[in-house]
Amino acid sequence: MASRQSAALERKKLMADPIMVTTIVVLITFLTLFILYPLAILLVDSVYGAETGLTMSVFQRIFQMPSFRQAITNTLKVGMTVGILSTVIGLLFAYVEVYVKLRTKFTARLFQVVSMLPVVSPPFVLSLSMIMLFGKAGIITRYLLKIYDNSVYGFGGITVVQTLTFFPVCYMMLKGLLKNIDPSLEEAARDMGASRFKVFTSVTLPLILPGMGNAFLVTFIESIADFANPMIIGGSYDTLATTIYLQITGAYDKQGAAAMAVVLLSITMLMYLVQKYVLEKKTAATLTGKASRGRMLIEDKSVTIPLTVLCSLVALFVILMYICVPFGACFNTWGYDFTLTTKWFVRVFEKYKGFQAFRDSFLLSLASAPITALLSMIISYLVVKRKFKAKGFIEFVSMLAMAVPGTVLGVGYIRGFVNGVFGTGFLSGIYGSAAILIIVFIVRSLPTGTRSGISALRQIDKSIEESAYDMGADSFQVFMTVTLPLIKDSFLSGLVTAFVRSITAISAIILLVTPQFLLITVQINEFAEKGSYGIACAFATILIAITYGSVLLMNLVIKYFGTSRKLKEVE
Amino acid sequence: MSKEKKGVRLEHISKIYQDPKTGKDFYAVKDANLEIKPGSFVTLLGPSGCGKTTTLRMIAGFESPDEGEIYLGGEPINELTPNKRDTAMVFQSYALLPHYNIFDNVAYGLKLRKMDKQTIKEKVTNILKLVGLEGMEARMTNQLSGGQQQRVALARALVLEPGVLLFDEPLSNLDAKLRVTMRTEIRRIQQEAGITAIYVTHDQSEAMALSDQIIIMEKGVVAQIGTPQEIYYHPASEFVADFIGEANFMRGPLSHKQGDAGVVTVEGNAVDVVGAANMEEGKECTLVLRPESAVLAEQGQLPCKVIMSCFMGAYQNYHVMVGNTLMKITDFNPKNKKIYNAGDTAWVAFEKENVHLL
Repeated sequence: MASRQSAALERKKLMADPIMVTTIVVLITFLTLFILYPLAILLVDSVYGAETGLTMSVFQRIFQMPSFRQAITNTLKVGMTVGILSTVIGLLFAYVEVYVKLRTKFTARLFQVVSMLPVVSPPFVLSLSMIMLFGKAGIITRYLLKIYDNSVYGFGGITVVQTLTFFPVCYMMLKGLLKNIDPSLEEAARDMGASRFKVFTSVTLPLILPGMGNAFLVTFIESIADFANPMIIGGSYDTLATTIYLQITGAYDKQGAAAMAVVLLSITMLMYLVQKYVLEKKTAATLTGKASRGRMLIEDKSVTIPLTVLCSLVALFVILMYICVPFGACFNTWGYDFTLTTKWFVRVFEKYKGFQAFRDSFLLSLASAPITALLSMIISYLVVKRKFKAKGFIEFVSMLAMAVPGTVLGVGYIRGFVNGVFGTGFLSGIYGSAAILIIVFIVRSLPTGTRSGISALRQIDKSIEESAYDMGADSFQVFMTVTLPLIKDSFLSGLVTAFVRSITAISAIILLVTPQFLLITVQINEFAEKGSYGIACAFATILIAITYGSVLLMNLVIKYFGTSRKLKEVE
Repeated sequence: MSKEKKGVRLEHISKIYQDPKTGKDFYAVKDANLEIKPGSFVTLLGPSGCGKTTTLRMIAGFESPDEGEIYLGGEPINELTPNKRDTAMVFQSYALLPHYNIFDNVAYGLKLRKMDKQTIKEKVTNILKLVGLEGMEARMTNQLSGGQQQRVALARALVLEPGVLLFDEPLSNLDAKLRVTMRTEIRRIQQEAGITAIYVTHDQSEAMALSDQIIIMEKGVVAQIGTPQEIYYHPASEFVADFIGEANFMRGPLSHKQGDAGVVTVEGNAVDVVGAANMEEGKECTLVLRPESAVLAEQGQLPCKVIMSCFMGAYQNYHVMVGNTLMKITDFNPKNKKIYNAGDTAWVAFEKENVHLL
């Protein structure tokens, strides 16, 4: 009974703040309706039919399909391999950057480019270039090595492409961890007589092991959720994401697809929960403090030269893969006729409604980005700075979207909104409209934005907001005059990240887009599947130009209008 | 300066938290009853974890009490959010808004109150003069020293003319010398502004220097309320005596009680005491003796053996054993006195009025 008074008082204080209450209610409604509900409906759909009642027959049916069983094996195999490879390569890059003295500006710049590429590039660019470099007509295989029947389609192709796509994520994660290791720990081990290698295996590695597990699982989830790469380079090697897509678009079996989506979702969800609740805690427990001072970088040439060369080669290869795409758009017939031409770009606009595709993609992403950025900042603010009952729910659900593969979400939206919410016709209008596309964009980008918002806000002393509150500002005023200005950088980068993610998104969108909208990514996918690489490359080139341009713009804006400089001096 | 000085009253205030490790509930503050008079300077003093900051944050409105009611100027304020309370707080970390300059930091609360520009300018200028920061309006907060940041934080709170000013360990981030200067400043400004102030600290000398009243807290419970003198000379418990200044404790049974006077047998020696009126004859009691209230001499009440003797400049610091009891003695101005060395035997001498009976 005693503790009820404070709960009641907190409630009353909250109710005295109508803007706050409205915000929370709107948030909860949004998250429930567009994240929880579509997932729940999948679950219901796969075990319940109008005629059959409660049944496991759908699951029995899909598990009897050899193609589905094969897809599960394929997905897990790719996920494991890509997870391990990405973590190892990511660790190598992180180690070299944090521990090894990089001699030239060029190598430092290479590392920077590699860490930024996956942010700005559409997901399937590497698949395209893989085919163009190593496929039957690939310039490396066909012209340099004189191999005429090399096949990049299947397990190998997917693995290489996904590893190159996802290892930068591991690199960034592990870099942060390595930087947090106090150098005196390793110096102490050295002092007690351990060799450099022994220090690495007995001190550094054990310290970052949970972090590596973390990186592995994140990559694993990304890999098995990936739709675009297996679609383009998988050939007949189907993964769960592509199988679900084909089940809907090819076999028109929506119930089967729902059940498959549930299977895929269970795998990613399990991984996500392990990652979030086991490994993240362990990482935090082993690496709490900040490095007390700078680290003596390794200068021993027998170590630095091989490591730097190795990393630089990988980095150059990745960059080569990305550069390949614009080139692909400039030659007459890739692999056979290397005369320069602008015909692909001309065709994109004259024949394939390029202008409409760019306009639709651009406008839809432009509409979703500010909403996403603002929503994620509001959620971060509520999660970090305020206390109320539904806080845990809001945080959990908005981060949950990270573990939901786009394909699963797409199927969920189809099942959940075609006939309206619970088949009542309510909100059925949004299916096929621009609204549902914008909502999918928002939901897909929300976790990234929220995560960066939360970590930005945790840096800010809680009492700064409390002082504003104490001086008479209400929650809305505190958010607008204190919180938002202090995390302006995070907000701006969230804005651009959301935009870039949206304009390059494909997995959920491809299931939901109706013919009245043309999206660039869907076009690229279509032409790549048909083998029209020239057109696909032309589309992709312009897309990369747009995303790269917006990132450059963001950096400029942050440089001149950002707050970080002033704030950093405070600390 | 203040529109209206307000008093604060806490009636049966409790706050319950859950221990994050065991999951069990415990009282962070238990049944606190406080009456803070308008215009007075009151300190909440205690070791970390005693509930002093929680009490302050409940008054500010950041925490909600689980039991009881808080009154500000006679009005119950339990249900008010911090922005609706007539309180202003000075934070331990100063909590200045880093994206504003000094002027805008101080003007922030006034702008929220929709005052016109001219009034805001006058008020800010006046208050900056009071805290000694005139002419620095355009500086950013990161261009200030710790002491200056603290002055801005104080100005920002004062300018709102709150009914009560709250301080949450405001000096703990400053170096020792500046702390002493700033606490004198805070006292001066509080007196000039004539404002009610509640000040949280774990530093007893700060509490002594600042307060009209000190409230000592221990494990969530109010241990004693009184003026600095009352608390120093008449501590209500061993905890208070030990926390405020240094204290020697000697135990023994009370005998020969006559009115206020009596005799306590300490380590086999009879010690005359006063203040025994409320004590029971024959019962064990504790004598509190401040180290500076006793000296070592050739004659005195308690025979002792010196185990440590250390010259500190202003005083000679002794550790002596009286039987099995360790006593600390600080003998001030030792230049022309006899210095005892470790191993010497001597007597502990004191006046019986300087012994406090518990």
